[in-house]
Formats: sequence, C-alpha cells, structure tokens
Amino acid sequence: MAHPERPGGRRAGLYARRPDIFPRKIDGRFRRLKWAIMVITLAIYYVTPWLRWNRGPYAPDQAVLVDLAHRRFYFFSIEIWPHEFYYVAGLLVMAGVGLFLVTSTVGRAWCGYACPQTVWTDLFLHIERFVDGDRNAQIRLRKAPFGPGKIARRAVKHGAWLLVGMITGGAWIFYFADAPALARSLFDGTSPRIAYATIGVLTFTTYVLGGLMREQVCIYMCPWPRIQGAMLDERSLTVTYKDWRGEPRSHGVKRAEAGTEKVGDCIDCMACVQVCPTGIDIRNGPQLACITCALCIDACDQIMAKIGRPRGLIDYATLEDCKQEAAGAPPVPIRRTLLRGRTFLYFGLWGAVGLAMTFALGARTRLDLQVAHDRNPLWVRLSDGSLRNAYTVKLRNMEARPRDVSLSIEGLPGGVMWDSMSGEAGAGRTLRLTIAPDQVEQHRLYVRAPGEGGAKEPFVFVVRALDDEPASDREETRFDRPEAGQ
Amino acid sequence: MIDRPEDATTTPSTGHEWDGIRELDTPLPRWWLWVFYATIVFAAGYCVVYPAIPLLNSATRGTSGWTSRGQLATDMAAAEATRAKVTAALATTPIEQVDPKSPLMAAAIEGGRAAFRVHCVQCHGSGAAGSVGYPNLNDDDWLWGGNLATIHRTILHGVRQPGDAETRASLMPAFGRDGILNPAQISDVVSYIRLISQQDGPSAAASRGQVLFAENCSACHGAEGKGSREFGAPNLTDKIWLYGGDRDALTATVTTARAGVMPAWGQRLDAATINMLAAYVHSLGGGEQ
Repeated sequence: MAHPERPGGRRAGLYARRPDIFPRKIDGRFRRLKWAIMVITLAIYYVTPWLRWNRGPYAPDQAVLVDLAHRRFYFFSIEIWPHEFYYVAGLLVMAGVGLFLVTSTVGRAWCGYACPQTVWTDLFLHIERFVDGDRNAQIRLRKAPFGPGKIARRAVKHGAWLLVGMITGGAWIFYFADAPALARSLFDGTSPRIAYATIGVLTFTTYVLGGLMREQVCIYMCPWPRIQGAMLDERSLTVTYKDWRGEPRSHGVKRAEAGTEKVGDCIDCMACVQVCPTGIDIRNGPQLACITCALCIDACDQIMAKIGRPRGLIDYATLEDCKQEAAGAPPVPIRRTLLRGRTFLYFGLWGAVGLAMTFALGARTRLDLQVAHDRNPLWVRLSDGSLRNAYTVKLRNMEARPRDVSLSIEGLPGGVMWDSMSGEAGAGRTLRLTIAPDQVEQHRLYVRAPGEGGAKEPFVFVVRALDDEPASDREETRFDRPEAGQ
Repeated sequence: MIDRPEDATTTPSTGHEWDGIRELDTPLPRWWLWVFYATIVFAAGYCVVYPAIPLLNSATRGTSGWTSRGQLATDMAAAEATRAKVTAALATTPIEQVDPKSPLMAAAIEGGRAAFRVHCVQCHGSGAAGSVGYPNLNDDDWLWGGNLATIHRTILHGVRQPGDAETRASLMPAFGRDGILNPAQISDVVSYIRLISQQDGPSAAASRGQVLFAENCSACHGAEGKGSREFGAPNLTDKIWLYGGDRDALTATVTTARAGVMPAWGQRLDAATINMLAAYVHSLGGGEQ
C-alpha cells in the first residue's frame, strides 16, 4: 500500500523483523546499583512465601498468603477479608501515586531498575552472556551455521531460560497456598492441576517475555512508557546525551588532538549503543524506548576516563538544567532536582493515603454484624394478633479464635427474637452465640412484637463480645407493621 | 512533506500532519504479522469445526457437531448429576425423618424455594404471604396442620381434589343460600363470631348467635370456635382470617360457604420435589414440630 505522498520514494515495509540486540557487558556505578536492586527484588519475590508468621491454631502460619479458597489475604499481622478490599484498592492507589512520585523525582527509574520485565530480562541477558559469551561472541554465534556446538549452546541457553521461568512460576503459586506443603506435593505429583497449569503458563510467559520479547514488551505492549510521555516535564530526570558537549563527534582522539577543527567529546565509539538493552542510540535524544537503565552512562564514563575527558557526557539531567548547562553554567547536582513542588505534592498524597490506611487498619473492629430485613413479606400477622418480622443477620468473627458473643435487640418494647433453627421456645431479647474462628455466621432471626405501634419502628441489633477483649458492633433496622387499612 | 532535520527519527512519515505533528510510518513488528496470520488460520479452522456461516434458513453445522442446544443439554445433565445424590435421598426419605440441622434439610429447603417459585407463587405469592382465599404460609395458623408430615400430605394430595382419595376435603354448608339459616340468624351468628374473636363486645345478638353456633357450627369449628384441623375448619377465635373478619366478609362466608382448592401435587411433581416443598413451607416461620 504505497502512499502517494510518501517522501523521496522511501518506503518502509508494513512489517519489520526485530533488529538483533546484543547488549555488551558493562560495569559501573549504575550497573552495580542494578545488581543490588535485582538481588533485592528477586530475593523478595522468591523468599517471601517461605516466611512464617504464627497466628495461632485457627489460621495459616504463612506470613504472606493469598488464600483464594477461603477469601482471605494474610500479610504478616494483617488479615484482609473480601469486604475490606478497599485496603487493596488503597495499596493500588499508593502504587499509582508512588509511580507518579518516582517519575517526578527520578524519571523512569521504575522502568530502568525495578520493573519485573526489566529485572527478568536483565537476568536472562546475564544467562545468555554466561552461555554464549559477550556481545561479539554472540554476534559470531548468531552468524555461525547450525552445528553441534551452536545447537548445544542454544539448548543450554533456552533450557536455562525455561528453568528460570519455571522457578518463577513455581514461586508465584507459593503465594496462594501453604508453601512447604505445596512444595512437597508438587514433587510427588499430588498438587492440584491448577498449580501445575499456573507454573506452565508462567514458565511460558517468563520465557517468552524475558527471553524472546524483551524490549518489545516495553515498546509495543506496555502502556506505562506512553503514560510517562505525559508525566515527564522539563524538570524530570532523564538519561541525556549532552550534545552541546559531544557534538560535533570526532572519530578518533588524534583528530581532536590535531586541533585543526572544533570537535566535541563524543568520539562516536558506539559504546552507549552497544550496551543498550533496548538497542537505541541515546544520542538521538529522549525517546520512548529508553527505559533509563543508565547503562549507557556507565559505558560513556569508561570511555571518557580513557580519553581523559570529564565523566557525564551522557548523564542523568533535566531538560531545564541542560539548557542552563549548554549556556555555560556548571552541571547541577542531581539532588537539587529531587526537591520540587510536584514531588512534595505526590509524596504528601502518597503519605496521606498510607497514613489513612494505617489508621483505618489500627481502628478496625474484628467483630461485626450486618442485618438484612426480609422484604417479602415485610410482616406476618400471628394468630394472637402480634406481628413477626424476619431478619437475616450476618455475624463476622474476623479473629482467629472462637468468640462467645451476645446478640441483643435494643428498643422495640415488647419485642422478642429467636433463631429460626432453635425455635420460638428460646425466644428472648438477648441470644448467646459462639462464633467459630475466622467465620461469618448467618442467622435467620424472627422478631415478634405487639401488633400495635409505629408502621416502621426503628430498633437496633447489637453484638457484643463476652470474652476479655471488648468488641461490639450495632446496626439499626426497623420493625414493620401493616400500614393503616392493611 | 519531508522529514525535518531537527527530527532525529529515521522513520519515514506517512505524509499526514496535523498541527505540526506528523504521523510516522513505523512498521509493525514481524511477530505481530505472524500472530495476525495465526488468527486467520484459527478463524478458518473455527469456521470449519463450529457452526459459523449463516445461510438463508440455517447455518453451517461444523464438523464437530457442536450446538448451543446440545451444550445446554450437557450442562443441564451435568447439573442434574451433581444434584442426583441429594434428589435420590429426598425421594426416598420421608421429610419428617430428615435431621432438621442436616445439610440434606438445607438442600431440601433451597430446592423447595426454587420449586415454590415455579409452582406455588401464582396463588400463595412470591413471599408465600398468600392473599384473600389463599393462606399465608408464614404464619402460625394452619388449616390442615403445620408439621412436616401434615404439610407434606396437604401438598401431595391437594385440597378438595376429585380423583385423589386422600385429598384434604371438607364441606361447609352454605347456610344462607341453602336456607338453613335466615339472614337475621346469620347476622346473629356473625355477631357471636365477632365476640369470640374479640372484635366486638357482648350483645343480645351475640347471645342469640351463641345458641345458633352451638347447633350449626360447633360440630366442625368446636364448641369454643377454635376450629379443627381434622376437617380443615379454621380457628374462629384468632386474629387470622382467610376470607376476612369484618361483618360483610363473615356474613358472606356463612351465607355461601367457602371451599378453596389446591392441586394434588403428587399427580404432577416427583416425590423429591414434594418433600422439598414441604421442607420449604415448614421453614417459613410457622412450622410446627
């Protein structure tokens, strides 16, 4: 489909194969930072399910557990019930604002250092280098015809990737069941099918996304880089090539030394391009595919040291500082860019949500009740002329121990209640119940009251713990009587 | 439109430009093309295997023979199979012998709730609260008995159903229409009923009515008017009136009599469903031991 206005007869294909990217190994301050973050994040991911946390005999002792079967989420001393999902929503809000905060302080640091796609791709690249050697060896191997050696190396590499994928998927499922028990049953083949299926799917996705897709996930699939485009401003930290210092590029030190023409610091050695895991040239300016992993900074710093020029030809800088620097001002230290209104605003928001959640968590009651009045029929006339209303009362004991409670009605003179399961013989204004640990108990309660009175008489159900720890909850409802004429 | 030198990108432009923003002709990745082809292959295969292409009066059938109707039948059969154990137990166990706190009873009540929605709500209402002439099943007043066994029998054989030997049957005479009592006497009887149901105070008419009641009504309704479940004769002293307790309604009842009917559900529903219905009706709050 040639476009009539296509300039200069140049035409791109509709589809392009992915250019091979063989990132070169590099060492430097940012590489070491990436190592540290990779170790920390992977350690958190793999180790967390194995941490234990004693919750007594009625609850699991796994520190972090998403118990889908029983609809519970355990996080150390915190237990979240499904109706408390707003805490998870709050965490998501914090995560969202946190990303804004990180973006406004240090740009796309999430993409460059902590995103799972980045961390696992990095891990896969290291494996590839370990098996195939560094960039040049990889290129040679790529061009080499298929032979026993190449096949063996490819098999080892893909096998190792698949193994990492499998361990990744394997660690994931431990978050959803008791890790030691699940690990045992995984090996003797008695785990539920969904466990094996999940490992299979995650093995596949980890292998494909981390091993095969890599930077294409960031460029084609991930919405975050596009959102970042709207979030960055002239005071955001980005990895920047200081073109006023680097241009015009010289292709060798000698030419620069000759002093016959004005040359910049960039010697066009391509080190920054060779180390880039997304295969871009940072000297083209800020771009969507740059995840700001800063490896090009490390690479360029090495070269600058070798040719005796100051470091930081490629460096973290804001657009605003770049303009000043280009005009002759000295480089601005990074910490100066961290403190600004936007950053404080985001931090304030983030902290406020966090504080509100902490407060709410601390103040929440672990015993509550919900009352639903029967609507059909609203009331039943009994043979002695009194009226009966029915209520579905849900009692929630959210603690991991059985609790003795009293359930009583306040208000409604002459009213008595009884549990539908025990019969009217046990009618009274207070019922004594024992709620099983960590359970919701549903009771259908009948309340009988004299036939005369308000058509919608309000009264209150109250639940009180009878053990050493005071806890109570109340809910107002109403007793319905026939309207006049009914 | 040519590439502007300040633009570092080497990607050609499509030639489209709006407000200085150019649309680049960035090629899609090749694997995307493969995925696209794969979806085409899948679609072609799907059209062959499943019903897909609409024709004038039908559609292609597909080689797998799959139909949504067949799928429904399969799903229903699967659901039926999961229920089979409960249904079998309920079909063979008399409902009054099921432990009231057992899961089986809970299942029976829920099954009865569903069956009630289909077969019973037309007369008894969706809340089983009835209406004039149709008993409220929530209250503690029962014409024919309110324990599981009697409720079960009432549902199974119905009320006044010809052709069912064990149907609940009784016949109140139409005292006025058949000339057993004259209108003045009927008025006296009504006054007496109003007295024993504590709606009106004592009166001369009520005293005359008491005598007439003893002669004409007490055989079924009892000497004190408390009714008899043997005959399905309602208690006239309580606050529950199937056809109304005011003078007009009572006069009409004594004059022309009442004889409500209910189908004998045993002729239409299976044993398990009848048991479920009995359990559900019993669970509504007025069930007796």
